[in-house]
Parts: sequence; C-alpha cells; structure tokens
Amino acid sequence: MKKKINELKLTLPALSANEGAARAIVGAFCAQLDPTVEELADLKCAVSEAVTNAIVHAYDTPGGPIYISVALFDDRSITVVIRDRGCGIADVAQARQPLFTTGADGERSGMGFSVMETFTDRLLVRSRIGVGTRVTMKKCLS
Amino acid sequence: MEKETLTVALLSEGDTLTATLSGEIDHHSAATARETLDRALFKHRPRVLCLDLGGVSFMDSSGLGLVLGRAALCEELGAAVRLLRPSLRVRKIFAVAGLDRIENITLQV
Repeated sequence: MKKKINELKLTLPALSANEGAARAIVGAFCAQLDPTVEELADLKCAVSEAVTNAIVHAYDTPGGPIYISVALFDDRSITVVIRDRGCGIADVAQARQPLFTTGADGERSGMGFSVMETFTDRLLVRSRIGVGTRVTMKKCLS
Repeated sequence: MEKETLTVALLSEGDTLTATLSGEIDHHSAATARETLDRALFKHRPRVLCLDLGGVSFMDSSGLGLVLGRAALCEELGAAVRLLRPSLRVRKIFAVAGLDRIENITLQV
C-alpha cells in the first residue's frame, strides 16, 4: 500500500498570468522526489494545459477559483488534481478528442488533453455542467 | 509593468521574415506574440516566415496554436513557414500534434 509523503494545496484565480506560476510552483514542489529533467518538464507541461483549460473555458468572467492539489507518494508517484467551479464540459469524451476545441478564433490547437495524456501515466476528467471540472493526472517517476 | 515571459525579435531580409522567439510560450504569452507576428506578416508580406525557436525554454499546446495559426495565415498570404532550432521538448509537443505532416511547415533542427 503506497503512502502519501507530502501534499501541496493551492488556490489561484483563473487569470492567464497565473499559468506560469502554477506550473513553476507544482514543478518546484515535485522536485523533492528528484525526477529526471524530462519527467519534470512533462509534468509542468501537463499542469500548464489543465490550468490553461480552466482559465480559458471554466468561467465567463476571469478570476474564478482554480484549486490545485499535488500529492507525492513513497512509490515515487505523483497525483495532481486541478479543479474549477466553472461551467463544466458537456461532452468530456468529445473534448478529449485531438484537435477538438470550442475556441472560435482558431488559435487554440485543441491538443491540450492529448498533451496531458501523452505526458502523464493516467488522466481522468470528470465534469458536470454548472458544477465544474476536475482533472486528475498521475505521473510515475522512474 | 508585468515582466514579459516571451520576447519576439523580428528581422526582415529580402523575402524572408525571421522571428526569434525567446522564453516561455503559453496561452498568456502567445497572445502578444501572435499580434506581433501578424502585424509583421501583413507589413512585410514575406515569401518565407522563419520562426527561430532555439531560445524557447517552455512550450505547451498554446505554442502549437501559435504556430498553426501563423501557418494558416501564411498559407493565405502564399508564404512558407520554417521552424528553426526547435529543442527536443518543443519537438515532443509538435509530435503530439503531428505537425511534421502539415504541408507548408518545414522543421529545421
């Protein structure tokens, strides 16, 4: 049975200026498990994607809360949960399809969930309309 | 004044416009870079847009959006896109999207 050895909880307003801070803080916290440069870069990228999704899509007006929690385990696995209380995703399976985006300006690649999936070992997305979205990512370090 | 996490330096030579991107490309920083690049594309109307990515220290899928959006605009303007010096990390993101299969984009390592 794996044991939790450390935990970080962080709340940030959904402002695009916080994307860099979110991935930097999570990266710095996870560094204590001594990940490889590649593993850390993968994790920071996946966090950036999930936080960006919440910032871009969750709230009608900027600044709603984004809750980030990170748990480190003694088997060298990391669980990151990124949650919002925003509008929710109507069809999660569709949203997870590569190239799917609701961004009308053509500047969103629609690859956010694909990047999260590629760069972590497990991705779970739960969402309810009007309640919010919870993205759970698990990364197992070597 | 907020510190810029991504800078774009432009050089127009003949029919080539080179944009050197340095720093972190995310959704926040991509917005300003997009405006700078589009303004330069309309001003110079190059045949080739070179995006020098050698100084990019972080990129997520917002960088893909930035590149794909410029590639679409370049196609309208009849220009080709060359991506110069992408790091292994940047190439890893491109690989997720299969960027190497897009016709008017060339990757030069």
